[in-house]
Amino acid sequence: MRFYEYEAREIVKRAGIPVTDYGFTRDAAEAKEIAARIEGPTVIKSQVLSGGRMKAGGVQFADTPEEAQAHAENVLKLEINGQMPRGILVDPKADIDQEFYVGVVWDGTAKKPVIIFSPVGGIDIEQVAEEQPDKVGRRHFSNILPFGDYEAKEVIASTGVTGSDLNKLVPIVTKLAKLFVEKDMTLAEINPLGKLKDGSFVALDAHMDMENEARGRHKKLLADLGVGDEETREAREPTPFELAGEEVDSMDHRGVAGNVTEFDGNLGLVIGAGGGSLTLFDAVRAHGGKPANYCEIGGNPSVKKSCGLAKLVLQKPGVDKIAVMMSIVSNTRVDIVARGVIKACLELGMDPAEKIAIFRIPGAWEDEGFAILDKYGVEYADRSVSLHEAANRAVQKIQGAAA
Amino acid sequence: MSILVNEETTFIVQGITGREAVNLTRECLDYGKGAKVVGGVTPGRLGREVHGVPVFDTVAQAVAHHGKPIDGSVVTVPPAFTKDAVVEAIENGIKLIVIVTERIPRGDVAQMVELANLRGARIIGPNCLGIIVPDVIKMGGIGGPAKDAAKSYTPGSVGVISRSGGMTTEMSSTLTAAGLGQSTAVSIGGDAIIGSSYAELMPLFEADEQTEAIVIYTEPGGRMEAELAKWVKDNNSRLPIVAFMAGRFMDEMPGMSFGHAGTIVEGKEDTATEKIARLAEAGIVVAEEISEIPELVKQAIANRKG
Repeated sequence: MRFYEYEAREIVKRAGIPVTDYGFTRDAAEAKEIAARIEGPTVIKSQVLSGGRMKAGGVQFADTPEEAQAHAENVLKLEINGQMPRGILVDPKADIDQEFYVGVVWDGTAKKPVIIFSPVGGIDIEQVAEEQPDKVGRRHFSNILPFGDYEAKEVIASTGVTGSDLNKLVPIVTKLAKLFVEKDMTLAEINPLGKLKDGSFVALDAHMDMENEARGRHKKLLADLGVGDEETREAREPTPFELAGEEVDSMDHRGVAGNVTEFDGNLGLVIGAGGGSLTLFDAVRAHGGKPANYCEIGGNPSVKKSCGLAKLVLQKPGVDKIAVMMSIVSNTRVDIVARGVIKACLELGMDPAEKIAIFRIPGAWEDEGFAILDKYGVEYADRSVSLHEAANRAVQKIQGAAA
Repeated sequence: MSILVNEETTFIVQGITGREAVNLTRECLDYGKGAKVVGGVTPGRLGREVHGVPVFDTVAQAVAHHGKPIDGSVVTVPPAFTKDAVVEAIENGIKLIVIVTERIPRGDVAQMVELANLRGARIIGPNCLGIIVPDVIKMGGIGGPAKDAAKSYTPGSVGVISRSGGMTTEMSSTLTAAGLGQSTAVSIGGDAIIGSSYAELMPLFEADEQTEAIVIYTEPGGRMEAELAKWVKDNNSRLPIVAFMAGRFMDEMPGMSFGHAGTIVEGKEDTATEKIARLAEAGIVVAEEISEIPELVKQAIANRKG
């Protein structure tokens, strides 16, 4: 889950890392007040989750409070990559001597966090790594030993930084590494980390991503920041169709029938499980089909949930037919999914034989499931029909129907 | 032979009285020659039985009752308690831990894995269905009830490693239908950090005489495939590998996660396209469809024997 810059800066500040005396607001008049308090040139920064703010005009410089207000009005109205800003940061334009970079991420291969440090900041660290590889230090640290200052020292020193800079940077890097672990972040980055004319260091921008699975452990922090439980902070906001999918999934606690993502095709998909859904979605597209949605069923969902998901997909505007397909199931029961999707058709006054292009779920309780499908004349397939072939049959049927 | 487990392997089920764990225990007892489930642990349930398996409050009690070290544990406890359960197993001498539980924060997983490495133990998962040696032993929910697992898995020479539990069975079933059995199939889990990656299991398959080829199921997200490609190149592996990559559509949707927690395209290197290129460079054949896999495996084995 990605944080906005104003939230990330608050997290950094709480960890004891120096930040500028910035202010966050959703109101241009208040921006003027903040700029007046700051007494000097300011930077007005749009608060969006998307990158590319600078290029889009979401970062503006002001010399006076009046100018700050004028910029604030424009930036608050400016959509960036499809996102309206949450608000703006009014930040003192710091008197910077040099920009540094420090970040912590997971290394999934080493299965440890890794600190990345560079005396070249303010630009993408990937670019620095490519152009000046000797200016980027990396150091893994243990998941079970306490973090030591020496680890921060080593990564900083490895880039050639020494003297009082090194000594002042150690506590900042240490605090960031600890914050990363304690707050279950998947990314904790300060870029740039500015060195001021007086030799002190201050965080000028921060990026933080918290692992979704760990949100429950940080309820107080999230509440303090005003992050609601319903905010997914995905690459884009969920659509009403996707929110309805989440409601279906939370009908009861048995299994999964959700993870719905909206697409604009005509073939509705009731598919599963995790890997099967990825495979089937690719397969439908490979055969020229146009999926109306992505979803996942698995873990033996109830009839009610399977029915709810099928109904949601069947009622989506533009959906002509649905395909009900899964990789071989060992836990989910074929007959329960069959009952759910047939019930959905019947309750909507639709003919299951006509609406369900194909049902391909082999595995546990398949004989019982196939008997139900037989009764309603729905075309079904067992494991002798591959996932790709099942997807192909569904696509053929819907293209035949459209012609 | 097989990797990780064999007909002598003893294991416990932690969280054995949960609904899914009760089913899983039944399935494991019924499969093959009958797995040696020597105990179960649920705090506060000492003295009960699950399908004849004695239940204990602690792993230490289970080990004491067994009278000698226990080889493995299947961990099914809720995410908030998983780390403690795994540490308990490791500190009581268990060397093979299959974590079924989903939605464990990766910081917890990384701690468990680092401790396991220090103690010479191995973790499979989390968010996985476990390990199966066809007709011999099943450790975890993989393949489902014994009679269903028997339809999908047959003994043979192909090692299967998969980030998706369901696709482990789908691929094995496809191999079985084409007359290709499996030496061992391992569901390694779909999370961003897991106990055992492809590259970490390869040396075991390499040393297993029964195994003649490897089939893997992969997804976007992470660098596990690049790690495998590097391992294959560095070790001059005797085993041909056939890979299937799902989730190719995700390349168009960076920042979105589908299927498993570990599938999120964050950079250029973890897209499906990039991974397919890396695998191909290492001489790993990438199948377009699951149904092509058996023929590609047969060709690959024939080429090696040349």
